[in-house]
Amino acid sequence: MPRGNKTTSVLKLLEGPQTLGKGPGFWSGCAVVLALACAYPLFADGYDVGNNVYFFNWVFMALGLSLIWGYGGALSFGQTAFFGVAGYAYGVFTINLGDAYGLTLVSLVAAVGLSALFAGVLGYFLFFGRISGVFLGIVTLSVTLVLERFMSQTAGPEWAIGSARLNGFNGMGGMPSLTIPWFGADIALYPDVGLYYLTLALLVVVYLALRMLVNSRFGNVLVAIRENPQRAEMLGYDIRRYQLVAFVIGSALAGLSGVLYTAWGNYITPSSMGMSAAALPVVWVAVGGRSDLTTTLFGTLLVLAGFQYLTIYGSQYALVVMGFLLVVTILLAPSGIFISLGSFFSRGLRRRQARESI
Amino acid sequence: MDFLSGLFSFLYQTGDAFAFLVLSACGLAVIFGMMGIINLAHGEFILCGAYVTTSAVRMGLPLPIAILVGTLVAGLVGMLLERVIIRHLYARPLDSIVVTWGISMIVTQGTLIILGSTMPGTGTPFGSFTVAGYGYSVYRFVLMLAAVATLAVLWLIFTRTRFGILARATIQVPHIAEALGVNTSLIYSLTFGLGAALAGLCGGLYAPTMTLVPTMGSAFVVEAFVTVVVGGADIFLGTAPAAAILAVVKAGLTSWQGQLAGQIGLLVAVIVVIRILPRGLTGFILRERT
Repeated sequence: MPRGNKTTSVLKLLEGPQTLGKGPGFWSGCAVVLALACAYPLFADGYDVGNNVYFFNWVFMALGLSLIWGYGGALSFGQTAFFGVAGYAYGVFTINLGDAYGLTLVSLVAAVGLSALFAGVLGYFLFFGRISGVFLGIVTLSVTLVLERFMSQTAGPEWAIGSARLNGFNGMGGMPSLTIPWFGADIALYPDVGLYYLTLALLVVVYLALRMLVNSRFGNVLVAIRENPQRAEMLGYDIRRYQLVAFVIGSALAGLSGVLYTAWGNYITPSSMGMSAAALPVVWVAVGGRSDLTTTLFGTLLVLAGFQYLTIYGSQYALVVMGFLLVVTILLAPSGIFISLGSFFSRGLRRRQARESI
Repeated sequence: MDFLSGLFSFLYQTGDAFAFLVLSACGLAVIFGMMGIINLAHGEFILCGAYVTTSAVRMGLPLPIAILVGTLVAGLVGMLLERVIIRHLYARPLDSIVVTWGISMIVTQGTLIILGSTMPGTGTPFGSFTVAGYGYSVYRFVLMLAAVATLAVLWLIFTRTRFGILARATIQVPHIAEALGVNTSLIYSLTFGLGAALAGLCGGLYAPTMTLVPTMGSAFVVEAFVTVVVGGADIFLGTAPAAAILAVVKAGLTSWQGQLAGQIGLLVAVIVVIRILPRGLTGFILRERT
């Protein structure tokens, strides 16, 4: 049965050298976490559940950045550019097309595709121009800052695509939520339990798919490029192509975040592409541990929860704390808090064992 | 006459753009050339220079001295930062860039919390004059002169002083310089301070012409980034010619389509240029020479 073999060999990629966590212990832990996440709406108010979808919306962008930066070793500081492009594209498409016949889902795919295309064009010039780490970071950052400034000045009535007004600094609003066509009546996914489950399902699919990707041949080559680009090239890999593909996938995930965010809040502003917006994904990914998908996932949720908590008690201090967190993490725990804590404790354990054996 | 006044207007705009690009980029380029890192807190050193200069003017100091104070304060803050944080990350250049971003977040938001959302400015000195019906600010010419003077002083520092020679030695082969008795860690510290001071100078010079807000640094960084990207690692072979070329592009697009088009055009030009010249103008000129 060749087909069965193929399925098992694909499933085997869920574990591998490039991802932490394997064996029944890890996966049953995952199942417990997933079960808790699924059970959460049963114990909470629909309104709160809808608000908390917000946290999941950002994780896609963080996972994408983990792929580009953590696995590929390319600093991309402008992931928010793709977030914004896809968010605005979703707004323009849905306002013009409406939400009937599942057209919002078509708009979702089209908007993510557009951000991937944008990433492809930009990435072609960057990677095939053999831009090294530093320059890649500042060019992508410049792109997102210029996009922010461009969108901020689109206030006048002449800045409209079809019937969608771009609305300048105040941002674009009034686009419909995601709507699933259904017999009888369409299901509109307002920020509520339904949207929660859809986003959670998407997150699980993306997480597992990325695990397979980084453990596949592609992922191994990508990590080889991160470790030593020259060696990878000497071994015959076209590093430009691998990095470009990783960049496009990661940026499409940022675009997915943008679409989900826009559909969730029915709103997107230019400041979502600004300097502090661009810094936040870097903070999440660096604090959690950029070189692994699982630590990125949990780190992002943890930092976002902390940020939200701080915002309630004094929004202006939240960004200062984020800055401190970034500086302290890079200085003291460069591979992220989870891995650093893990190695700290295991070192302590080993020392104690050594003492006891004496 | 019409042609001449048009030409004058274009030259004025080009000169203005050149001054802006040189002044905002040279601090970044000094640090990049030395350590290979991009200081993402560059905009915040500009902010520091602008705020200190304006406060000094409000306290009654004349503008040139106030600008000097702003420059010095930014430089000292830069050296302090290098001692406390950047120093530990020389082995990890990419991480040091991320750290400077964290610093930038702290400073921008901290300024907003402590000093409020805006600071009253001082007004542009010297007034303006008129050519063929269009008004031109005299202070803009001062800025152009300042840009040229800054380049000249930097050239003197790097070629004629002991610090400059030691710094160039450290750039070329750090460990040999160290083996020959150069205190490279001091050189790094001083260079970072010099870069920060140049950013402060830029902030001080532009402070009278701008609204002072905590995010004003980001008005400079895009131009500074693209100039350094096009220029490459060397100030005189890279940053200065890159600024000259980009100034023409920017002035042309600005007078044709407006300020934003100038900025977007600049960025697009840069992305295309790096596809052709990956190591910037520095790499191009050095390759031609060898």
